[in-house]
Amino acid sequence: MANLTTDFIGIKSPNPFWLASAPPTDKEYNVRRAFEAGWGGVVWKTLGSEGPPVVNVNGPRYGAIWGADRRLLGLNNIELITDRPLEVNLREIKQVKRDWKDRALIISLMVPCDEDSWRDILHRIEDTEADGVELNFGCPHGMAERGMGSAVGQVPEYIEMVTRWVKQHSRMPCIVKLTPNISDIRKPAEAAKRGGADAVSLINTINSITSVNLDSFSPEPMIDGKGTHGGYCGPAVKPIALNMVAEIARSAETRGLPISGIGGVTTWRDAAEFMALGAGNVQVCTAAMTYGFKIVQEMISGLSHYMDDKGFASTSDLVGRAVPNVTDWQFLNLNYVTKAQINQADCIKCGRCYAACEDTSHQAISMSADRVFEVMEDECVACNLCVNVCPVENCITMVEMPKGAIDPRTGKPVSDYANWTTHPNNPGVAAQ
Amino acid sequence: MSNSQLTPGVVPGRLTVAAYAQNFADHSPPLDGHEARVAADRCYFCHDAPCITACPTSIDIPLFIRQIATGTPDAAARTIWDQNILGGMCARVCPTETLCEQACVREAAEGKPVEIGQLQRFATDGAMAKGHPYTRAAATGKSVVVVGAGPSGLACAHRLAMKGHDVTVLDRRAKPGGLNEYGIASYKSTDGFAQAEVDWLLQIGGITLKTGVELGRDVGLDQLVGQYDAVFLGIGLGGVNALKVVGEDLAGVRDAVDFIAELRQQPDKGQLPIGRDVVVIGGGMTAVDAAVQSKLLGAQSVTIVYRRGKDRMSASPHEQDHATQAGVRIIHDAAPLRVLGADHAEAVEFAYTSDGSGGVVLSAETFTLKADQVFKAIGQTLVGLPEGATVAAGKLANLPRGVWAGGDCTADGEDLTVTAVAQGRDAAEAIHLHLTGATV
Repeated sequence: MANLTTDFIGIKSPNPFWLASAPPTDKEYNVRRAFEAGWGGVVWKTLGSEGPPVVNVNGPRYGAIWGADRRLLGLNNIELITDRPLEVNLREIKQVKRDWKDRALIISLMVPCDEDSWRDILHRIEDTEADGVELNFGCPHGMAERGMGSAVGQVPEYIEMVTRWVKQHSRMPCIVKLTPNISDIRKPAEAAKRGGADAVSLINTINSITSVNLDSFSPEPMIDGKGTHGGYCGPAVKPIALNMVAEIARSAETRGLPISGIGGVTTWRDAAEFMALGAGNVQVCTAAMTYGFKIVQEMISGLSHYMDDKGFASTSDLVGRAVPNVTDWQFLNLNYVTKAQINQADCIKCGRCYAACEDTSHQAISMSADRVFEVMEDECVACNLCVNVCPVENCITMVEMPKGAIDPRTGKPVSDYANWTTHPNNPGVAAQ
Repeated sequence: MSNSQLTPGVVPGRLTVAAYAQNFADHSPPLDGHEARVAADRCYFCHDAPCITACPTSIDIPLFIRQIATGTPDAAARTIWDQNILGGMCARVCPTETLCEQACVREAAEGKPVEIGQLQRFATDGAMAKGHPYTRAAATGKSVVVVGAGPSGLACAHRLAMKGHDVTVLDRRAKPGGLNEYGIASYKSTDGFAQAEVDWLLQIGGITLKTGVELGRDVGLDQLVGQYDAVFLGIGLGGVNALKVVGEDLAGVRDAVDFIAELRQQPDKGQLPIGRDVVVIGGGMTAVDAAVQSKLLGAQSVTIVYRRGKDRMSASPHEQDHATQAGVRIIHDAAPLRVLGADHAEAVEFAYTSDGSGGVVLSAETFTLKADQVFKAIGQTLVGLPEGATVAAGKLANLPRGVWAGGDCTADGEDLTVTAVAQGRDAAEAIHLHLTGATV
């Protein structure tokens, strides 16, 4: 079996599966259950400043969207940081860490944006023996209205400033958790790096309203007829998170900055994808909230089988492996030509490919009177929509045309790699 | 030879070659990859799942289904085999409708449980083709003899071999497998699966199989106790209960278990003689398997007669439906009085019964069913009691020191492959603790 042990910025854990700072990690009881179930690490639910804790709403905190069979696809929450007294959390963290030395235990922090507040909280957590801190610059709801969370994460200068304070007043490894509610994720990551962060983690949740009740006209989740935007997470956000992780992993300014991948990780496969795009480990929340802590068993066995199949001895063999293959559009090979191919033996004659192509694409599929659907290669631009809408797996595939073959659509032979930067239609090329 | 379903007597070749092939093909063909993913997607990954509790071997069903759903069916197979090394056969023969699938929350919600048995088969079939995944622990130098190469014996032997003990398995029959090889309807275990599974299981190494050796005839329990560090008895129930009615000795009257065994061993079903009018007496799985297969062999009329009501039949409602859908008629609340016939069975006379607090009571009202073949399926009994052991309620009890037992020969046996596997596995764990000096 492959070795799943990971060393993330000096923090060791028996596997790369950590629970994200979130409702599942708010208490000793939950965290102990998580460790017993096999989670490699836990980022404790965000602690605030000393003093009266924040309060939460007393109605629904979560909203969701589902597939037709009630598979939970996306979850949104308006829960704030921990609403339990600071000293209770600190006592529990210390007790848990004492009993689970082989697991990673990180403390998430969110205090007002002044140096004294940060110095004070860092001082207070010092003797918990936690392995590191994560700065919550991500939560987009509630706390942001008070100048914390994503309100900090949306201003790179603040990120840099606070990170610098943290590194100055603490020797603990420091992870900066980023909000996706920003136009260019590289900017806050660069700021974190400038401030001295050891790593970034992303993504935090995305501003969202899950649905609107069309009888009461209130957004969900609804509190006394009103609703507010909450943080969206779960399988639905994974593609957004993957892109943001990749952007940081491949950017010249942030390349090499360790990343903890977060956003819809539900299976070992999701985790492996984040890791291939540069994440040294992953953090999970919604999947645990949906299915319980036991799902980590599937993640462990799945990743381990996959790594064995690939001959990867340790997770570092996987981390970042896909990063060199993430590029800009302008560098994509314009001479890579494929054509859709419909396997008639598998076709069930639903006609979805035809409708998609005829109505919304390039009129490249023909339909006969007896419902035989065929690709017209002289029209097919290889957009892949027919593959995506076909209900039968592998019935329609994209077949690459060999070099030298004549593309029936353009009448030109398939030639060597060439991209937009040298294409004659590129005004930039003409200007040179 | 031009026999048909109408040919009188007990004759072979009532159907066409094509009809035999169709009748004895895999009765629930395996899922393909897409079907398996769709089926797996329906599992809710319940907490402390009722299906696990319902499984006698406690397979972590939600976990293995999630492993299928996430594209690692080989990991799913490991999850299954860790608990039940004969998971492949159990996937085929378990009455899932009364075990895991009955407990499935979707059965309660929609009457459509997750197809657990089929998913288990998907995972185990795929992974079995890739070889044997377990390795043996360091040799302990201890030796254990397992009597009976049925489900409990095989499960026990595998677990012991895995823990580093040297295991010898004895079986009185020519082939290993026990009821997996000789006692299961042919259409549930096609393509020699039972032997293939035994071969695969033995690949762990450290297990010596000796067939044609019978306890009590060829070797005594005392000898085994003296020769080995521990003994496991998984000897099953070798005897069959008698009807105890006049005419039971007539030609054409036979034990259903022998008929089922013969069917399994005969690859050319057209060679097997079957009556035109078949009567099966009994109410369990053996009765259903004999009746359904009589029909599939071309019998024109097949009737199961059971002395109590439908709800008392040990064959599940699902199995009863299976029988009636195959064209078998089931008559409840009737008991045989005599088998009629000169030198060969021609009919069976029954009395209607009532099932009161004092047991089954025969009424004065009788009826007669034409029958040129009669199968007895009214239960099996322990025979060949090893010396030193005693019997309580027809099952092994008070075993000598150093002797363990499991499967149908024990009081906890339930006439189920999966229960026998669990008992063999657990006995192996107990034997291991005993041999390694660990305290329980």
